[in-house]
Amino acid sequence: MSGIPHDHYEPKSAWEKGLAKRLPIVGLLYDTIMIPTPKNLNWMWIWGIVLTFTLVLQIVTGIILVMHYTAHVDMAFASVEHIMRNVNGGWAIRYVHQNGASLFFVAVYLHIFRGLYYGSYKAPREITWIIGMLIYVLMMGTAFMGYVLPWGQMSFWGATVITGLFGAIPFVGDAIQTWLLGGPAVDNATLNRFLSLHYLLPFVILGMVILHIWAFHTTGNNNPTGVEVRRSSKKEAEADTLPFWPYFVIKDLFALAVILAVFFAIVGFMPNYLGHPDNYIEANPLVTPAHIVPEWYFLPFYAILRAFDGDVWVVILTSFLTGGIVDAKFFGVLAMFGSIVVMALAPWLDTSSVRSGRYRPMFKWWFWLFIVNFFVLMWAGAMPAEGIYPYIALIGSAYWFAYFLIILPLLGVIEKPLPQPATIEEDFKEHYGKSDSGEGGATAPTASPAE
Amino acid sequence: MSMFRKLAISAATAAAVALPSGAALAAGGAGYVEDYSFSFEGPFGRFDQNQLQRGLQVYTEVCMSCHGLQYVPLRTLSDEGGPGLTEEEVRAYIEMNFIEVYDPEIDDWRSATPNDHFPGSSLENAPDLSLMTKARAGFSGPYGLGLNPLFRGIGGPEYVASLLTHYTGEDMEQFGTIFYQNETFSSEWIAMAPPLWEDGVVYNDGTPATVEQQAQDVAAFLTWTAEPKLMARKQMGFTAVIMLGILSVLLYLTNKRIWAPVKARVKGETPAE
Repeated sequence: MSGIPHDHYEPKSAWEKGLAKRLPIVGLLYDTIMIPTPKNLNWMWIWGIVLTFTLVLQIVTGIILVMHYTAHVDMAFASVEHIMRNVNGGWAIRYVHQNGASLFFVAVYLHIFRGLYYGSYKAPREITWIIGMLIYVLMMGTAFMGYVLPWGQMSFWGATVITGLFGAIPFVGDAIQTWLLGGPAVDNATLNRFLSLHYLLPFVILGMVILHIWAFHTTGNNNPTGVEVRRSSKKEAEADTLPFWPYFVIKDLFALAVILAVFFAIVGFMPNYLGHPDNYIEANPLVTPAHIVPEWYFLPFYAILRAFDGDVWVVILTSFLTGGIVDAKFFGVLAMFGSIVVMALAPWLDTSSVRSGRYRPMFKWWFWLFIVNFFVLMWAGAMPAEGIYPYIALIGSAYWFAYFLIILPLLGVIEKPLPQPATIEEDFKEHYGKSDSGEGGATAPTASPAE
Repeated sequence: MSMFRKLAISAATAAAVALPSGAALAAGGAGYVEDYSFSFEGPFGRFDQNQLQRGLQVYTEVCMSCHGLQYVPLRTLSDEGGPGLTEEEVRAYIEMNFIEVYDPEIDDWRSATPNDHFPGSSLENAPDLSLMTKARAGFSGPYGLGLNPLFRGIGGPEYVASLLTHYTGEDMEQFGTIFYQNETFSSEWIAMAPPLWEDGVVYNDGTPATVEQQAQDVAAFLTWTAEPKLMARKQMGFTAVIMLGILSVLLYLTNKRIWAPVKARVKGETPAE
């Protein structure tokens, strides 16, 4: 794989040869684990392993939770309390699963930002990027449905608000909403299908993750310089790369251990910090909570959803042009889903021939503004939709779209990129060649996006 | 150790991603919550068994007439890390307080066994208290950033204790119901009359039963009912962090060792093989 010249698995004994002839699985695993990897990868290249680990963690803890959970509106809340009190270690499994969702999203956002900064989405890695975006959407769906299962107040009202978005679709909205819910409102049928899908989708994600890994193993990894690994000879390829095992496996495992230490500190010492107190109140269709807020990882998109109200001129214009079919509510829904679509289209919207943001002096500024804006949107999404907050959300949403639809296409034309190293080997030497700079960092210490 | 610095930055970024959490918005509202200190706070915090027993007493003598604990099995009163009653004491507790449960099999009420749960609320508008200290937030903000709950805790127990101690003494009648002014309650006027009085209970251990003492004791007890495995959880967190810390150091050293020849080769200006 990867078109980078490297040694392949050679079956030696008779049974190895026999197995390879019938099922070349050892060779496949060997090539996967020994893939030539750019030696200058920095610490932002660890999140893939963290994500893969978290997916497995969530699946394993989830399978155990389902053994004790009851998907019925009268019993779901009590069955979660049963897990917390009576199941051996149930509280630990449930808190790990609950906070595992947050770990998943912390890692996926950093993984996505890494890709955006170093141009990992650019040719020839567009398919890796698209699959990644599909995984991200599936993750959001899975997390949303999982949050409904404990059947607390925020579960119920979150489900009501989010499924209500589909009701905003012109003409067919009500029918779609009823079809999704299995009835006129969030009820037992909804809870049952959400459990079914919450169990199914992680395995779909697992399949997509395999495709994601397959895709970037075919193109080879990107790296902080964005310069391709030389493929003309094995000697040159080996000057640019090191095998994944053990160099990157150990590095990634070290990072994973540190991250898990932080994760278990949260699980052990403040497991409900990232949750909402209202979800420890059993769902009650007759009592609406004062503030319905989604989990933190949805907040930026929740802010975009709410930013476009009936007072925004784009909304008024669209509503006028479509004869009222696209009203403010539907516009908000389109904006929310659109914000992910434009991100998925980044490979075709970014016109710059330079991959890595490291060599793009103007891009850097816009990129960091994009990151800051992400947090501003997250914060605006958590605030009530009144006073100055809708304006902040609107400016943030506008920047989100401008970044992908205006800034990325324009920068490629007007920006003068900095000189790039000719090879990865050169970049690696640049960092470790000097005798005083070799301390500490395993790979390229100055290549963190924090530079 | 620039590697650690980089990783620390990554971890800080990761934490920052997670900051403006849903918990930033208190469930109740902007009521006043006093930051009482409890023995179970912090990474090494533990329940004070005497306090849990006093809290059980306050709950039983004061709260129980209206409020239930429907998710709490009676047998857990003798669990490790809880109020620590013996099994005989649990049976005696049930008998003394005439705790009954409805049994669908005999279609009648019968006296509870340790395997039954505490009864639910007997008053329509009195919420069940099993999870109350997790269902309320005492601290939020500032500015929706969620930093206060990060450093001071979410503040459920503080909320409960504050609610019980911050009646102003004012009341008003509305549609035949009397509401009492309370500085902690989100809408300021609460239907529950001030439940605690100086020496309203008599503690066996001789602790003076001030209103504040009773409020904090019952808040501690309700923290146990909401999170009975709190001590085991903190123990697990501590063990996990230590083990993962050791593992991190070992992997760090392994990583350094593996990469050393690669870096040395570059430093020595020898062209890569």
